[in-house]
Amino acid sequence: MKVLVAIKRVIDYHTKIRVKADGSGVETRNVKMAMNPFDEIALEAAIRLKEAGQASEVIVVSCGTSECQETLRAGLAMGADRAILIETSEELQPLAVAKLLNAVVNKESPQLVFLGKQAIDDDANQTGQMLAGLLNWAQGTFASNIIINNDKIEVEREVDGGLEKVSLKLPAIVTADLRLNEPRFPSLPNIMKAKQKPLEVISASSLNIDIKPRLTVLKIESPPIRKQGVKVNTINELFNKLHVTEKVL
Amino acid sequence: MSVLVIAEHDNQKLSTSTLSTITAATILASDVTLLIAGYDCSSVCESASRIAGVKKIITSDIGCFKVPLAEDLVALTQLIANDYTHILAPASTFGKNVIPRLAALLDVAAITDVILIENDNTFKRPIYAGNAIATVQSQDRVKVMTIRPTAFESAPTQDSPAPIQTLGYTSQNTLSEFIAIETHQSERPELTSAKIIISGGRGLQNAEQFKIIERLADRLHAAVGASRAAVDAGFVPNDYQVGQTGKVVAPDLYIAIGISGAIQHLAGIKDSKIIVAINKDPDAPIFEVADYGLVADFFAILPEFENVLTQLGY
Repeated sequence: MKVLVAIKRVIDYHTKIRVKADGSGVETRNVKMAMNPFDEIALEAAIRLKEAGQASEVIVVSCGTSECQETLRAGLAMGADRAILIETSEELQPLAVAKLLNAVVNKESPQLVFLGKQAIDDDANQTGQMLAGLLNWAQGTFASNIIINNDKIEVEREVDGGLEKVSLKLPAIVTADLRLNEPRFPSLPNIMKAKQKPLEVISASSLNIDIKPRLTVLKIESPPIRKQGVKVNTINELFNKLHVTEKVL
Repeated sequence: MSVLVIAEHDNQKLSTSTLSTITAATILASDVTLLIAGYDCSSVCESASRIAGVKKIITSDIGCFKVPLAEDLVALTQLIANDYTHILAPASTFGKNVIPRLAALLDVAAITDVILIENDNTFKRPIYAGNAIATVQSQDRVKVMTIRPTAFESAPTQDSPAPIQTLGYTSQNTLSEFIAIETHQSERPELTSAKIIISGGRGLQNAEQFKIIERLADRLHAAVGASRAAVDAGFVPNDYQVGQTGKVVAPDLYIAIGISGAIQHLAGIKDSKIIVAINKDPDAPIFEVADYGLVADFFAILPEFENVLTQLGY
């Protein structure tokens, strides 16, 4: 069984972002980039299936500029077998990415596509569900556990009310939540080996897919700043503030 | 403008997040239709028909919607989607599961987590865990979006009930099947609509000591939240998690105990009216957003904490 994992290059999780003063976006120059953390979890899930003998090949796919090759190499170092970059310098929104991935899925015919549940930059939480819709496949979003059973996959989902279990017919889409696994750190030998693994670059324009942004971003601004708080010294002082000054207790 | 709201409910009553979504819908149009797909859900329809702003209810009361799967709910919504300029659902795991699939099948963008409606095509939504706010404009013929419940008040009730219309649907879904749901029953208020929340982090050290948070919450009639660290450590179930990937909350009072305040956690609490932090680490980032910070070992001040609650009548 072939497994495809979609990964996105984003500003590193530990970096404090800076909104550009002219409202045009978030500063990405000289900022450390990394694989979206939820995509790392998705990739780890796929690699574990291969290690358990349930998957035959793990393919990582990314959409974006040539710099995404670095992110794909990181995926290969974790343990993916080969990589595909759908290259474009256009701004990509989730619907466009889902359409590009749809084309890759049609070419590669995987039985399972893993994605992170959301990217930590746009926080959209859309691409997996959109791809499932375009393919008319079942979707298991917010996965915290998976079990493959012949032609089905049982997905435990982290929903607002608790944990929900669904059974999906393969092929299917699964989006990873935080507690699905803890992704590994690639070892140095695997980082070296990853340099030799195949990485195919396909130009997005060669696929004849409409990837134009549907949403116009008019402005990116900083959120309102909370007023500076105060330190209190005792519990009594704290509750006095909450009861007398703020009247919230 | 005509707006369709996809209702989230438990076959007994609408979720509070749906009530907020209805309020957002009434900003867009006076003509709001509510789609209630459920099983044995007539009581939801009856009470929902008295929500102010709702002009019509469309219901599909069918077995497959007892716990709705995205595959069925999207197929149902597609039957009527062309009648609307906007389709909304709450930005809960329910809405986030359904809305993007629907958008892709309608070949339009989805707009997640809308916190402000500027006009019928321009919306604000948080990105980067709320560290930036994007204003986006959609030219799509139908705007499909999820609404962040804490950004809109709950819709009030009205006297004259809206008419209820039935929509037939035959499930052809062979793709997915619901197996079970494990919920954690609690008498406490819901996190997303609570007036007071008391949350614990890794500082509580273990599940046993986290119970102190629950005990204090019960005295304060508060909801209980947790940081990702506390959930990962197994102190409490996943549905307690507050933050970028958990629940976004906006109570009048948020009390964070033993929570260091990773940006992912702060993303979920920023809209709280008053934030209180108790942490023994004076450099914990939570103090940067707290209105009132107390640097102290929680276990050492606990007796005093409980005394004050007694004095205040809690």
